[in-house]
Amino acid sequence: MSHLLEADGLTKVFSRGVFRKTHNVAVRDLSLTIGEDEPTITVIAGESGSGKTTLASMLLGFQKPTSGAVRFRGQDINQLKGARWRDFRRNVQPVFQDPFEVFNPVYRVDRILTQPAKLYGLASSDDEAREMIEEALRQVGLRPAETLGRFPHQLSGGQRQRISVARAFLLKPRVLIADEPVSMIDASLRATVLESLRELKTELGVSIVYITHDLVTAFQIGDAIYVLYKGDVVEAGDAMKVIQAPAHPYTRMLMGSIPVPDPRVQWGADLPVMTAADDAVSANPFRCVFAPRCPDVHDTCLELPPPHFASESGRAVKCFLYEDKPLVENRRLLEASADGQ
Amino acid sequence: MKSLSGREPVLSVRDLTVEYTTEGGTLRAADHVSFDLYEGQRFGLVGESGSGKTTTALALMRLTQAPGRIVAGQVLLQGTDLLTLSEDDMRKARLAQISYVPQGAMNSLNPVMKVGNQIANGFKDHIDRISGSEIADRTAGLLSGVGLDPGVARMYPHELSGGMKQRVAIAIAVSLSPKVIIADEPTSALDVVVQREVMLTLRRLQEELGAAVLIVGHDMGLMAQFATDIGVMYAGEVVEIGPVMDMFDDPLHPYTRALIGSLPSAVHRTKMVGIPGLPPALLELPTGCSFNPRCQDVMDMCHRLDPQLAEISTGRWASCHLYGAGERAAAS
Repeated sequence: MSHLLEADGLTKVFSRGVFRKTHNVAVRDLSLTIGEDEPTITVIAGESGSGKTTLASMLLGFQKPTSGAVRFRGQDINQLKGARWRDFRRNVQPVFQDPFEVFNPVYRVDRILTQPAKLYGLASSDDEAREMIEEALRQVGLRPAETLGRFPHQLSGGQRQRISVARAFLLKPRVLIADEPVSMIDASLRATVLESLRELKTELGVSIVYITHDLVTAFQIGDAIYVLYKGDVVEAGDAMKVIQAPAHPYTRMLMGSIPVPDPRVQWGADLPVMTAADDAVSANPFRCVFAPRCPDVHDTCLELPPPHFASESGRAVKCFLYEDKPLVENRRLLEASADGQ
Repeated sequence: MKSLSGREPVLSVRDLTVEYTTEGGTLRAADHVSFDLYEGQRFGLVGESGSGKTTTALALMRLTQAPGRIVAGQVLLQGTDLLTLSEDDMRKARLAQISYVPQGAMNSLNPVMKVGNQIANGFKDHIDRISGSEIADRTAGLLSGVGLDPGVARMYPHELSGGMKQRVAIAIAVSLSPKVIIADEPTSALDVVVQREVMLTLRRLQEELGAAVLIVGHDMGLMAQFATDIGVMYAGEVVEIGPVMDMFDDPLHPYTRALIGSLPSAVHRTKMVGIPGLPPALLELPTGCSFNPRCQDVMDMCHRLDPQLAEISTGRWASCHLYGAGERAAAS
C-alpha cells in the first residue's frame, strides 16, 4: 500500500548547553500515515509543549528529525532534490497559526496568491491567473473586489487567514498542514474557516493535518485523531469516538476541562479532585510521561513507560489501565485490533 | 438599571464613552457603555476583537492611554465617581477598592523582582506602618489561597509556569480585599486544564471576599461556566445584558443569538455556521444599528435609527428594534 505522506518513527530532540547538555524530547517515536486514495482530516491534538508544532515543521520539511523519516510517496523528503523537491513543496502546503505574520507588510495581499500561481505555472495568462485567484477567494467567502489590491494591515485577522486558505484552494495541494489555523480568529469567523477546510477535503480531495489544542473543532472536522502529551502519542483513533469517549486519563482530563457553552453543565463534573502542580515536568524517561499529573497513577507507571494497548478496535491508548488488552504496534496505531488479531 | 431586590450596585457604569483620535478621524471604542455590578456577581463582558471590551475595562481603572481618552460618563464605585477623583485618590482606590488582572497577566510581573516583593509592594503602598512580619504572614496566606506554596515568594517569575504566574497575578489582585476585581482575558494564554484550575481559584476567592468580578473575554464557553451575568458588546456598544441562564436559553439580540449559534458542539457533528460579514470598522460605522449589515432580522428602521439599550423584561436588557427599544438619533 502506498502512502501519500508518512511519518515513520519521528523523534526530535533539542539539545542545549555546551558543557552540561540538557536534552528535551519534543517528539518521541511518532508514526502516522496519510493515505493516497481517500482524503482525510487527521487531527494532531495537544497543549503547548506537546510537540505538535515541531511535528508540523518536520512534516513540512522545515526541520529535520533527530531520527526517523518523513516520506512523500515513499521517498524521504530530506533526500529530495530539484523537481522532486518542488513537487513535494507544491503538494504539501502549510497554513500557519498567525494570520498577521505570514504576510509581508510592504506588498499587497495579492502577492501571496499571484506568486505561487506564477511559480508553479498554474495559469497560462495573467487573465487566467486573475480568474483562478478570484474563484479561490470566493470559495472561502471573500469578495475579490474587497480583498485584492489591499495591504495586509487593511484586512482583519479572519480575512487574512481566509486568504491563506484561499491559497490552498488555488494550489490544490494533496496535503495541507494547518497549525492552529483558527486559534487567532474571532468566534464568528472561526466556523467559516473550518467549513472551508472541510470543503477543501470533500470538494478538492485535499487531505488535511489539522493541528490544534481545541478538541471541539477537532470533533467537528476530524476523521482520525492523535492526542499528544509531551511528545508522545497517548491516544489515537477515530476522532469522534475518542472525543465522545476518551480512554486515556489525559484525554479525559482535557475533555473535562473544556468550558462547555451551556451554563447548566457543571465545569469538569467528571474530573477527579486534583491539586497537582500545573505542569510538572517529567524528566525520568523510565516512566509514563503523564504519571506526575495522572489521577489513575499506580506503581507500574513510575517504573516504565506504557506501550500502546488496543482499548477497542481502531483505538490505541498508551496507558497501563488497558494492560489486559492486546498490544498495538507503534506504526499501526489506527489499525489497533481489540481481539488481538 | 434597578435591581430586583433593590440592592445598591457596588459598581455602576453610566454612559462611559472612550474615543481614540487617529489619522482617519475620531472613533468611539466605547459608546455610552452602561451596566451595574452587584456584590457577589460575576459579570462577563464578551465581544470580539475591536468590540470595546478591553477599552471599557481599562477606562474603569482610569488606565486609558493616549491617543484614547474618556470623553463622557460616570464610573460609580459605591456612589463615588472614580472619573472625578484626583490622581492621588485614584491611585489609592486601585488595588484597595478596585483591582485589575491585565490581559496576559503572566507577563505583567516584574522579571527582576522576587514574587514576594511584588506582592508586598501593594501592602506597603496602601497600608501605613505595616510590619515586615505582617507582610510576610499575609503574603504566605495569599499564596496558599491561590494554591501555591508559600515558598514561591522567594522565587523569580521566570522560575514559575504560566499557570503559576497567573495565580500570582490573582493573589496580587485580591491582596487588599477589593470590592471589585476586573480580569481581562485572565486565562487566554493558558492551556485548557490549567485554565479551569485558575478560573475555579478565582471563583473561590471572589466568593470568599464577597467581591464582584468583571471578567472580559471572547470565549462564550468560559463565560457560560464562570459568569453569573453577561454583557455582550458589539462595535463599542453594549447590545445585551442578562443572567447567564436566560441568555443561553433565549438570547434576545440577533448578534448574541448568532454568537451562541456559531459555537461548535462536541456532542453533534453539524455544519458550522459563522456570522456572515465582518465586524464594522469603527471609523465607518453603518448608520442606524451597527449590526444591521450582518443581521438576520434587519428591518427598515434599523438602517435609520440606532437602538438604545432598554429593559425588555425584568433584568434583561437589549438594544434592538425587534423589541421596540428606545431610539437614539442616528446622527452622532
